[in-house]
Amino acid sequence: MYPSRFRYEAPRSVGEAISLLSEGGDDAKVLAGGQSLVPLMKLRFASPELIVDINNIPGLDYHREDADGTMRIGALCRHADLEHSALLLSKQPVMASAAPLIADPIVRNRGTLVGSLCHADPQGDWASVVTALGGHVVARGPGGTRVISMADFVTGPFQNSLAPGELAIEAVIPAAKGNLSGGYLKLERRVGDFATVGVAVALETADGTVTRAGIALTGVGGSTISATEAAGTLVGQALTSQTIAAAADLAAAAARPRTDHRGTAEYKRHMVRTFVVRILSRGDGEAGQAAGDTRGANGDSAVTGGRSGAAGGGSANGGAANGGGSDAERAA
Amino acid sequence: MTIVYEDRGDEATGDVPINRIKFTINGQKKIAEVEPRLLLSHLIRRGLGLTGTHMGCDTTNCGACTVLVDGRPVKSCTMLAVQADGHSIETVEGLSGQSELHPLQEGFKQEHGLQCGFCTPGMMMAAKALLAENPSPTEDEVRWALSGNLCRCTGYQNIVKSVLWAADKLRAE
Repeated sequence: MYPSRFRYEAPRSVGEAISLLSEGGDDAKVLAGGQSLVPLMKLRFASPELIVDINNIPGLDYHREDADGTMRIGALCRHADLEHSALLLSKQPVMASAAPLIADPIVRNRGTLVGSLCHADPQGDWASVVTALGGHVVARGPGGTRVISMADFVTGPFQNSLAPGELAIEAVIPAAKGNLSGGYLKLERRVGDFATVGVAVALETADGTVTRAGIALTGVGGSTISATEAAGTLVGQALTSQTIAAAADLAAAAARPRTDHRGTAEYKRHMVRTFVVRILSRGDGEAGQAAGDTRGANGDSAVTGGRSGAAGGGSANGGAANGGGSDAERAA
Repeated sequence: MTIVYEDRGDEATGDVPINRIKFTINGQKKIAEVEPRLLLSHLIRRGLGLTGTHMGCDTTNCGACTVLVDGRPVKSCTMLAVQADGHSIETVEGLSGQSELHPLQEGFKQEHGLQCGFCTPGMMMAAKALLAENPSPTEDEVRWALSGNLCRCTGYQNIVKSVLWAADKLRAE
């Protein structure tokens, strides 16, 4: 398969990229990792006339923590960089748990977090993670730089609020004020498949009380769902089996799943609830069991909860052998 | 190097954008003139005649087309050839010397790591990157590293054994 014909530019600075994007308007697309864009172009779902490849712009491949604890992820920071990041492992448990679950190891070598956010796939994992963490996207355009909250950034399936000529240059995760915990869980049929259900939970606690909570859902609606009521019910509370169950119920109620080849709506809603309980119950097994964690009863082999989970299923590609490959099932 | 396109009469030849790129493939420096929409996999197979890199799904799923770009495994059906400009590519043809098999190739032979062999080049390139980074991987680590490469014959058991065989051999060298 071939993309349709396009003009290719590889600018060497953000300024040059913005000029090119402004000139191209709606017909221009940014190429970062290309792990969603190139497949879409090959299928002719996207036929941009101008490709602005930002891979030659120096200084965008960073992820770093500012002195105040703010985390910044540059537009060319690959999923693999995040997967192998010591900084994330020590400081950012939610992102660290999500990074190894993006697509597959080879795709992670090219794909980028910022590109994934821009792609705005309802089944994209990073959008949920960044939403739960209360993150922003920084965009630069002819009119200057603006900061867009994740809630305002994704405007619909595969649609973002970048104006023509604007380039997303980094994602920003604000510093946690309390003790940060949480994680990302993803149910997938096989490595590299889109999420059947994904749940991101970010929790800040101080003295045993939740001071901030974010819960966001992947794959159970027309776009990433921020389960604000579920998160809100935790704030000011201690984590107990009752508060965990209340939050899980509200998160499940916020989901808008549809029955499809990955499962029924009821199943997906149930998994949202289970994942919320599971993440919130880490290190507190009793609370989890009392809140109704259905681990085991559901057959845990399908759940990829991290490196050991994915590798422990007997075969790295065990799911793939009976899953069948669908076209362009990729994360950005 | 020339790549010939169908003339469907619907586009003026002068409008076809062509970019000149310089890159290294299996240690050899090359210059190519490519249409930006040419995929890296097609540059390798058709432009360079290196047909060891296989096109499987053409949809970023299967990993048969995996090559190393600056040492990192990449699905070459999902990268534009023009993006190879200034970079170093390694394909399965770059594994062996004049007569000796690379330990990975030997491992796949010794442990029967292939049946139809279609996925094998991608498997070996992904494995090569793993062993460069981690010379003593566990079985789980091998499975994890190969989870972006699909095989429809072997059930993966012997592929994993082959990579572990190669790791032993490489450590002994």
